[in-house]
Amino acid sequence: MENGYYTWMLVSSSLVLLMTAPGLALFYGGMSRSKSVLNMMMMSFSALGIVGIVYALWGWSMSYSTTAATVDGETGGEVAKLFSNPFTQFGLESTDPANYVFVAFQMTFAVITAALISGAVADRMKFSAWLVFVPVWVTLSYFPLAHMVWGGGFLSDVQNGLADLLFSGDGAAEVAPIDYAGGTVVHINAGVAGLVLALLVGRRIGFGKEPMKPHNLTLTMIGAGLLWFGWFGFNVGSIVNLDDYTTETGLVWLNTTLATCAAMLGWLVVEKIRDGKSTSLGAASGVVAGLVAITPACGNLVPWSAMVLGVVAGMLCALAVGLKYRWNYDDSLDVVGVHLVGGLVGTIGVGFLASNEGGLLTGGGAKQLVVQVCVALFAMLWSAVATLLVGLAIKYTMGLRLDDEAEVEGIDFIEHGESAYDLGTSGGARRASVLGSGSTATEVSA
Amino acid sequence: MKLVTAVIKPHKWEDVREALETFGVTGMTVSEVSGYGRQKGHTEVYRGAEYDIALVPKIRIEIVVDDGDAEDIVGIITKTAQTGRIGDGKVWVSPIETVIRVRTGDKDAAAL
Repeated sequence: MENGYYTWMLVSSSLVLLMTAPGLALFYGGMSRSKSVLNMMMMSFSALGIVGIVYALWGWSMSYSTTAATVDGETGGEVAKLFSNPFTQFGLESTDPANYVFVAFQMTFAVITAALISGAVADRMKFSAWLVFVPVWVTLSYFPLAHMVWGGGFLSDVQNGLADLLFSGDGAAEVAPIDYAGGTVVHINAGVAGLVLALLVGRRIGFGKEPMKPHNLTLTMIGAGLLWFGWFGFNVGSIVNLDDYTTETGLVWLNTTLATCAAMLGWLVVEKIRDGKSTSLGAASGVVAGLVAITPACGNLVPWSAMVLGVVAGMLCALAVGLKYRWNYDDSLDVVGVHLVGGLVGTIGVGFLASNEGGLLTGGGAKQLVVQVCVALFAMLWSAVATLLVGLAIKYTMGLRLDDEAEVEGIDFIEHGESAYDLGTSGGARRASVLGSGSTATEVSA
Repeated sequence: MKLVTAVIKPHKWEDVREALETFGVTGMTVSEVSGYGRQKGHTEVYRGAEYDIALVPKIRIEIVVDDGDAEDIVGIITKTAQTGRIGDGKVWVSPIETVIRVRTGDKDAAAL
């Protein structure tokens, strides 16, 4: 029994790693333009490299070194229920080997959260600025939020935590906040960070005028499929307690899949009604929207309510990705529209739908809903402030974005000296096309 | 009639197109080309090896216009595509003998 549990945790950790590289790298890479696909994939791969190391150095210590549930958790190193001492278990030197499997699992979550942000700043962020942003951001935003939600901090059910301040029980919160696998820590966090960073970096040249369509949707669909597959590690691996291993695995797998199926269909229906056509990008985005929304809720729903949550998420996210054109912020690959909106749908939706008479619509009253909304708001605020601090510091020292000439020529060649599609034979033809797909009143012949 | 040909830096292409459209140019042919002038190419390093890259990517615009508009259009392109740095490109004007619209058979000024 215990052996099976540890085996599954290691498989899950590996599956979540697969979500970043190559899952997310392909998903985002296909959505970017042909001159930026390598940089897009490099943002995911570099996030893996950096956060992997940083997590072992101080990430685990900041998130879980004071968590009672871990075998060596000790109190005393916690700072105001916000994060733990980064040096208590620095470099995992003093970490009990029994915890290594959890270090592995949690590390892969930190990696993908950082990588998710990259979609908001596609085509234009300096690679060096990204390499500085990632480790500082996970330190200020991800590790504290992981501690607050899962490490026994301010957003868990502990005494004097947010939920306890709202509705006090017997020494701890009467209603525990629900975030099964990372609606707040991962998706709301990455979505808000994407929004703030996109605003700081600014719009791409030609945003809103040129179509900037995805250059290879087959890559995007392969990426979406790999994300779905990896998400079974993400959600089903989040059964941290051995006791729940037998009762929850099947339910969480089913809920994850049913919500995702429903979200994909919901997205396609919205597109068909609004635009006349259902797109493959819509199917891929709908899959991710469903996975995002079910993430916080997958252990607290039943199959029918998972489908309801999924279809709502798919439809709302399909509408939300249009907001960037109305409000004129260039969230290039829809990190806000899918991860922030989907994360909110899941985090708040479970307040309506939680099983065992836990939600407003399932006979549990409004307390769970109030707790979920407050936790989501606090996470958004924390992430926004942290991202703003890191982003501004980089912007006014080394600079966040490429100059105009480099951006038009293409970030792949400028930052990496490479081009994804080297089809030419002469010295100058190896760069990707700089012409857009042609706007009105222009005849383009190449 | 004149043929105005311009070879410019790629990142100026959108600005030039907009300026020409505002002026009233109704059509043009645009290609991605490579070449070099006094700017020459440059050296690149990849995986530890050095390469001389002779050709630099440029955008080439061709527009056939009335005699009277040629000078204005040259002025617009020159002003819009200018960065002041080496490699801004060239604009040249050549005479055109005759122009025919394929769909109707219209000739010369009527075909523009």
